[in-house]
Amino acid sequence: MIPAQFDYVEATSVADAIRLLAEHGDEAKLLAGGHSLIPLMKLRLVTPATLIDVTHIKELSYIKEDGNNIVIGALTRHRDIEESDLVKKHLPLVAHVAGEVGDPQVRNRGTIGGSLVHGDPAADLPAAALATGATMVIAGKNGERRISAQDFFVDFLETDVQPGEILVAIEFPKHTDAGWAYEKFVRRAMDYSIVGVALQLGAKPGVALVNMSNKPHLAVSASQAIGKGAAIADVLAVINDDTNPPEDLNATVEYRQHLARVLTQRAFATASK
Amino acid sequence: MSLVGARVLRKEDPNLITGNGQYVDDLQPAGCTSMVFVRSTEAHAKIRSIDTAEALALPGVLAVWTSANIAQLANCPGGLPGLDQPLLAKDIVRFVGEGVAVVVATDRYIAADAAELIIVDYEPLPAVASLSAAMAPGAVVLHEVLGGNTVHFQDFENPLNEAFAAAPRTASLHIVNNRCAPSPIEPNVCLADWGRSGLTLWAAFQAPHHLRNTIAQYFGIPQDSTRVVAPDVGGGFGAKINFVPEFFLTALLSKEIGKPVKYTQTRSECLVAMLHGRAQEHDASVAFDNDGRILALKLTVTQDQGAYPNGTGMGLPVLTTAMAAGCYRIPAVAISWRNVVTNTTPVAAYRGAGRPEASFTIERLIDLIADETGVDPVEVRRRNFIPVDAFPYATHSPLAMYDSGNFAGALDELLKHVNYDELKKEQEKRRQDPAAKLLGIGFASWLEIAGFGPPGSLEAFGHLASWESAQVRIQPDGSAIIFTGASPHGQGTVTTYAQIAADELGIDFDRISVKHGDTAVVPQGIGTMGSRAVAVGGEGVKTASGRVYENAKRIAAHLLEASAEDIIIEDEKFFVKGTPARSVPWSEVAWKSFQPLELPGGMEPGALDSTVFQQVPNFSFPSGAYCCVVEIDRETGGVNIVNMYLVDDCGTVINPLLVEGQVHGGVAQGIAQALYEHMLYDPSGVPRTSTFMDYLVPAASDLPGYITGRINTPNPSNTLGAKGVGESGSVGAPPAVVNAVVDALSHLGVKHIDMPVTPIKVWNILEGAK
Ligand SMILES: Cc1cc2nc3c(=O)[nH]c(=O)nc-3n(C[C@H](O)[C@H](O)[C@H](O)COP(=O)(O)OP(=O)(O)OC[C@H]3O[C@@H](n4cnc5c(N)ncnc54)[C@H](O)[C@@H]3O)c2cc1C
Repeated sequence: MIPAQFDYVEATSVADAIRLLAEHGDEAKLLAGGHSLIPLMKLRLVTPATLIDVTHIKELSYIKEDGNNIVIGALTRHRDIEESDLVKKHLPLVAHVAGEVGDPQVRNRGTIGGSLVHGDPAADLPAAALATGATMVIAGKNGERRISAQDFFVDFLETDVQPGEILVAIEFPKHTDAGWAYEKFVRRAMDYSIVGVALQLGAKPGVALVNMSNKPHLAVSASQAIGKGAAIADVLAVINDDTNPPEDLNATVEYRQHLARVLTQRAFATASK
Repeated sequence: MSLVGARVLRKEDPNLITGNGQYVDDLQPAGCTSMVFVRSTEAHAKIRSIDTAEALALPGVLAVWTSANIAQLANCPGGLPGLDQPLLAKDIVRFVGEGVAVVVATDRYIAADAAELIIVDYEPLPAVASLSAAMAPGAVVLHEVLGGNTVHFQDFENPLNEAFAAAPRTASLHIVNNRCAPSPIEPNVCLADWGRSGLTLWAAFQAPHHLRNTIAQYFGIPQDSTRVVAPDVGGGFGAKINFVPEFFLTALLSKEIGKPVKYTQTRSECLVAMLHGRAQEHDASVAFDNDGRILALKLTVTQDQGAYPNGTGMGLPVLTTAMAAGCYRIPAVAISWRNVVTNTTPVAAYRGAGRPEASFTIERLIDLIADETGVDPVEVRRRNFIPVDAFPYATHSPLAMYDSGNFAGALDELLKHVNYDELKKEQEKRRQDPAAKLLGIGFASWLEIAGFGPPGSLEAFGHLASWESAQVRIQPDGSAIIFTGASPHGQGTVTTYAQIAADELGIDFDRISVKHGDTAVVPQGIGTMGSRAVAVGGEGVKTASGRVYENAKRIAAHLLEASAEDIIIEDEKFFVKGTPARSVPWSEVAWKSFQPLELPGGMEPGALDSTVFQQVPNFSFPSGAYCCVVEIDRETGGVNIVNMYLVDDCGTVINPLLVEGQVHGGVAQGIAQALYEHMLYDPSGVPRTSTFMDYLVPAASDLPGYITGRINTPNPSNTLGAKGVGESGSVGAPPAVVNAVVDALSHLGVKHIDMPVTPIKVWNILEGAK
């Protein structure tokens, strides 16, 4: 519970962060809210030589409307997303999911960028990003590039962010006035999901599963079925396609797949109201 | 107006809630250094070698010790001779978390880095991580001297074969009482400073004199210059009455390097190194008639002692079997127990220590009888209760001479709050509706043994004695300081003792301070455990205060030229009954009590100072009736507590606010055991629940609101009438919760579910019933 020694530097802008990443190389890690990184460091599961603190880059903490998108800066705290009127109006699923992360202390520190880049299949916000069809905006020494949420998540705790790069923003297409639901099955209120289901209905529907694979999981066949207006039974029949659920003290594979069906059904009932 | 019984706010709180408490880790004397352990990652292994060279070379490192550095030292006190834990593992490790080496460095970060550099070469041995594995034929043996893994076996005196053969009905259960990790917010922490004037050890501990006496004995140094201080202590739950290697290691290292040495356990270490609780398996059988009357009870307790048995752990099955019959009149009771070692963290007292296990099993059996006979569980309880007029009631155990109780009264009071008939109708309705959540109603009429204890009781656990000390010292301005040997760690004893003293002395509550935890300040003391702080320590405060008051009256009478028998007190003024106009204030009596010329004949200065070593003739027997209502989600298996009704009988209540707090906390821990917490090992002895991500301590948001009621059957063993309430909730809640879950599922033929009742267990049952 005591991290190994590390150096600490503060980045003052995105450009500065990119410069520092280049300077410190592979051994450096960006520090955002620290609520995933610091626990791992305390357990000495990761031992970065340098932490580049990006939390002072004010330009990365914002929520704004941009045509058909709502754009959220990577360093925006969960709490600010949860409380934003703009997000509540156009992306009620995202606002709600932000409010389901951990407890108030966690939500006051953790950032959406940190949550997404951490790439934990058990985390909440990645599922919301997948279900709503978000696009990640990544900056590096060659400028900015964009990648869909679906392609962004690569493997367990691994995303498409390359060495030297920083996630700067997430572009969410608006889902104004569309049905949505988030079902999170936990033993304690503050826990990560045993299984979770994020469902976005409307013109561009999507359903994403939490803790059902080695990475945040977009249920592709089920999302397509919903898009074609399939009956709920048909959606449930394919909801577990391509999943690869972990087994742990809380659940077997069979139980997780059962929960995925139950929670999807419940999500539908809620979202269709 | 009497303060005893009033909802007085805690004196302790302003400091604690503003962050001004002072815990051991807050202390940072000049030159303070930091100790860190290297702990075994193997459950059972030979140590081939330990390479400390790199650690020693790290700048800032002051010492690195392995067992080789302390070869001449005795093993950690508190264990069983020959089976006791070395301060640092010698040649062999027996559980994951056992200390293998320590590093002292100028700060904790360097010490932790150095600990990482120590290379321990293990030769793994087969491990036994469960009772069944440890008792299997051919199982690897932990301690050669035992020749097996059973430390002690106590057979039935009479296995009651005839009673069982002749009974109209019998039923049996095998029950696993799940291993729990106490997990106080503050883990084990200590700070030793062994200089020219002796050894001072600040420790997060529940019994500082016990530690002072032991540590002085251990090092062969005089007790007068050995001081133990337990400042604010952030929870103990029984885990902080055990002697652990860090106390002795920090002391010795402080002497060696000539600087204070602090050790603060990390949360991860706490889960494997702080002693665990429960960890029992029960084989229980009951014989009964068709009306649900119990004819005989038979219980075998198998206690997992972990790798190194200790005195407290060995006492657990004794307490469990003593309380096996709960609040029921059972004509024949047979008990047997076995203590077994396994390659797991050692086991000792944990809130309730042996009694939650007893109440869980008997209360499960009662529901089983109800299920078998078709008699309502409430009625089965009533038919078997020990009646009010049967006290004192001798049980099968010489330890448990029940002195008072009103079990039917508590159940009656409970049922005033619970709409039982409505709930039963609702339950039936929901069973018919596949879309509805299942409803379950569970009762527990529980009884425990507390208020430790009569002479001899704590001595059996290695303590000096079983009294508790109280010293009441009037200051010249008429304020009072109370010194107590009970060493509170969250109970609010500072408040309750001041209430008791205020009533006895007639001194304002705000002019009474309570001091504790420092062996250089407090008279000899025993400590806070076994719900004894009020029943024994509080009684001592009352006795000492009463003696001081008698002397104060004599001084007042002398000053008023009256007779002491006629003196009364109001608003801190002494006067002759009927003539309040002529009075003498407490402050004047106090001032003059120190002036020989002002004292009545025969009285010496210092007469307003009394020390009492309070003894009590018996244990106390808190009891109560709880009811839990649960809903079960048929699709997920999730269990939700809808309501929890709690009627306690802890005798006289000194402060309802604190009693409620103790009940709420105890019930929270009981619910935690019933639904959430389970310290699990894989077959090779590696803990599977080694962080709070897996070892699920519930938070406030996971717990229901409580509906509390109370009856008061005074404790006949002290004049306060108080029985103790610290452990009650953890004794009563687990059976109420599990009885409710089993009740919800009983239509599916479910007879029992082991704790913790997890969603997947329930889901598997529901699936199996399809
Ligand atoms: C007690 C507790 C409970 C929690 N419960 C939940 C829960 O229920 N659900 C849930 O989803 N999460 C939960 N979390 C995790 C929480 O949401 C974290 O805040 C979040 O996952 C990480 O965000 P952060 O800002 O803290 O990132 P950090 O921990 O600072 O960083 C995480 C990783 O992302 C990298 N990183 C951060 N920002 C960027 C960026 N802009 N560009 C590139 N890389 C970056 C870091 O280098 C690091 O590797 C919990 C955490 C705690 C401590």
